[in-house]
Amino acid sequence: MPEARVIPIDGREPTPPRRSRRAARCTAIGVDGKRCREAVVADGLCDEHLAERLEAEAAALTPEWERRLAGGLAFLRRRITGDYPIDDFGFDPDLTESVLHPAVRPVYEKYFRVDARGLENIPAEGGALVVANHSGTVPLDALMTQFAIYDHHPAHRHLRMLGADLVFRSPLIAPIARKTGGTLACNEDAERLLSAGELAGVWPEGFKGIGKPFSERYKLQRFGRGGFVSAAIRSGVPIVPCSIVGAEEIYPIIGNVKILARLFGFPYVPVTPTFPLLGPLGLLPLPSKWIIEFGEPIATNELDAAAADDPMLVFNLTDQVREVIQQSLYKLLLGRRSVFF
Amino acid sequence: MSSRVVLITGVSRYLGGRLAALLAAEAGIERVIGVDVVPPRQDVGRTEFVRADIRNPIIAKVIASAKVDTVVHMSVIATPFGAGGRTAMKEINVIGTMQLLAACQKAPSLRKLIVKSTTAVYGASSRDPALFTEGMEPRSQFRSGYGKDSTEVEGYVRGLGRRRPDVDVTLLRFANFIGPRIDTPLTRYFSLPLVPRMFGFDPRVQFVHEDDGIEVLRRSVVDEHRGTFNVAGAGVLLLSQAIRRAGRTSIQIPSPAVSAVGSVFRRAGLVDFSPEQMQFLQFGRGVDTTRLHTDFGYVPAYSTRAAFDDFVAGRNLTKYVDPARLEHFERRLLSAAERRRRGLAGEDGVHA
Repeated sequence: MPEARVIPIDGREPTPPRRSRRAARCTAIGVDGKRCREAVVADGLCDEHLAERLEAEAAALTPEWERRLAGGLAFLRRRITGDYPIDDFGFDPDLTESVLHPAVRPVYEKYFRVDARGLENIPAEGGALVVANHSGTVPLDALMTQFAIYDHHPAHRHLRMLGADLVFRSPLIAPIARKTGGTLACNEDAERLLSAGELAGVWPEGFKGIGKPFSERYKLQRFGRGGFVSAAIRSGVPIVPCSIVGAEEIYPIIGNVKILARLFGFPYVPVTPTFPLLGPLGLLPLPSKWIIEFGEPIATNELDAAAADDPMLVFNLTDQVREVIQQSLYKLLLGRRSVFF
Repeated sequence: MSSRVVLITGVSRYLGGRLAALLAAEAGIERVIGVDVVPPRQDVGRTEFVRADIRNPIIAKVIASAKVDTVVHMSVIATPFGAGGRTAMKEINVIGTMQLLAACQKAPSLRKLIVKSTTAVYGASSRDPALFTEGMEPRSQFRSGYGKDSTEVEGYVRGLGRRRPDVDVTLLRFANFIGPRIDTPLTRYFSLPLVPRMFGFDPRVQFVHEDDGIEVLRRSVVDEHRGTFNVAGAGVLLLSQAIRRAGRTSIQIPSPAVSAVGSVFRRAGLVDFSPEQMQFLQFGRGVDTTRLHTDFGYVPAYSTRAAFDDFVAGRNLTKYVDPARLEHFERRLLSAAERRRRGLAGEDGVHA
């Protein structure tokens, strides 16, 4: 959704009488917080800021639907002519912000009614690694976490998700994963993202977590080989533990058709109370109430890069992150009134 | 030490010819000797052409008698098209390189070896990192093709580097070449009226502009640049985005039909879709060019996007959708909406 244009003046009425007669300097204050130093043309403003204000006033007069039409048309033109930026990982911010986020917003706000907590634990800038528990049969938890940070964090950061290679082997899913900021969960990519000052997200339980039976809900599985910890140490970025409550109940797995899974090369073929019993209707996730809580960051910058090659230290830190998430999951579960409210 | 006598293999091909012409114009270079099996079609200046096959030991005599101090090996070919089949292609690439390097090893005058390789040596798979650096190994195994040939060629080149430590070896791994004049399987691919691509995949592609490629080769000859370097324009494009920028339409082909469609194209002589090329069109590839910028000291003038746009402009590809007209249409629609709002529409009877 296009946001209102920021008017770079201080909001107060320009005060021409004494000061401007003496200095005749523009009274506008730029985005950097510094006063503009250009000479006044009219109304206490310089050439550039006057034009900006007129434009902003015109924009304020334009009705909402017309601004949306303009935004939509410009988006369509960019897509048709291929005129949009792509970063080295294949991330397409234009598509993510214009298509994915508007589609996710109602699911986030109305369907799962996500309650995002502890967003202040995510730094406003610089690299950081969000580590979260994984559940829900379909990785909706990753999508919701990404949206929570983009929509509710003051810096509106994009969470760059690190995914398994199956994601990048699957038709249709692979391009969407890359365009929405995902890349392969390997040390090279994690370090490249983190040292470039990006916010990356991992779900170290992988398929063991997302495809576990309902009876094992909220029990963290093994946290991979701790590759994410060594990537964070090498890049010297903090690890932000993240606990997601509610995703376990959207598709409760009560069975796994192993024959079909092996036949098609899927990690699992789930049977839930509604799928495949109700057919396509069974694909509708149950509307559980979600809580996403970001915990206090665990600093790694005091460790030197050599620590990343110390397996014992990496294992210990991995366990520590896992324990923090597990404890906060239990705490959140205790505080939860019911699964659906 | 600066080069005085330069030998270029593959001089009758586009890049070889351009490099020869450029080096021939260089004052510090005494002789430029071009080797190929057919005479060059483009103007190569004062380059002396020697008709020889690098698979033939005669190449050793040429190097010895002319006291060649710099060899630029650019005759590793990417497609079995002109070569007459995959067997002949492999013969030219691998056996030819072995012969050439054997001759190089025996030549006491040799000081510098520059080899044009390709980023295809990194392969293309779902397990690839976003960007390959020079030290990384491919994550997928090659069965055959350009990538495999180039990997073998690089192996022999490294072998020579070990046996002749006095020779400066420069290994240049180029991304896909593109530009207004060069003709490659990929430029033919983007010129197809309906561009086929793999259903459900949208790979990242990276290009190097022909001018940048030539400049990197020229600098390798003129200056000292020992080592292996990835050469590519900054940034990446998505395949779908590149096709849109070229103003083309694409058709998505489901993977079971891909090999059938590919062989139709191959037989029609349109575009070479080897299994390796298919993999590239499925997973794409990106390389890190930090070493080129810092150690080699060259930043390509064209980014991947600019190089592709230059190719589109230079080829005069007919755009199905003209961006200027699209923008015009957009502005008309918006002004119509504004007119309607201002109440003028009611008087004119025009509706947006």
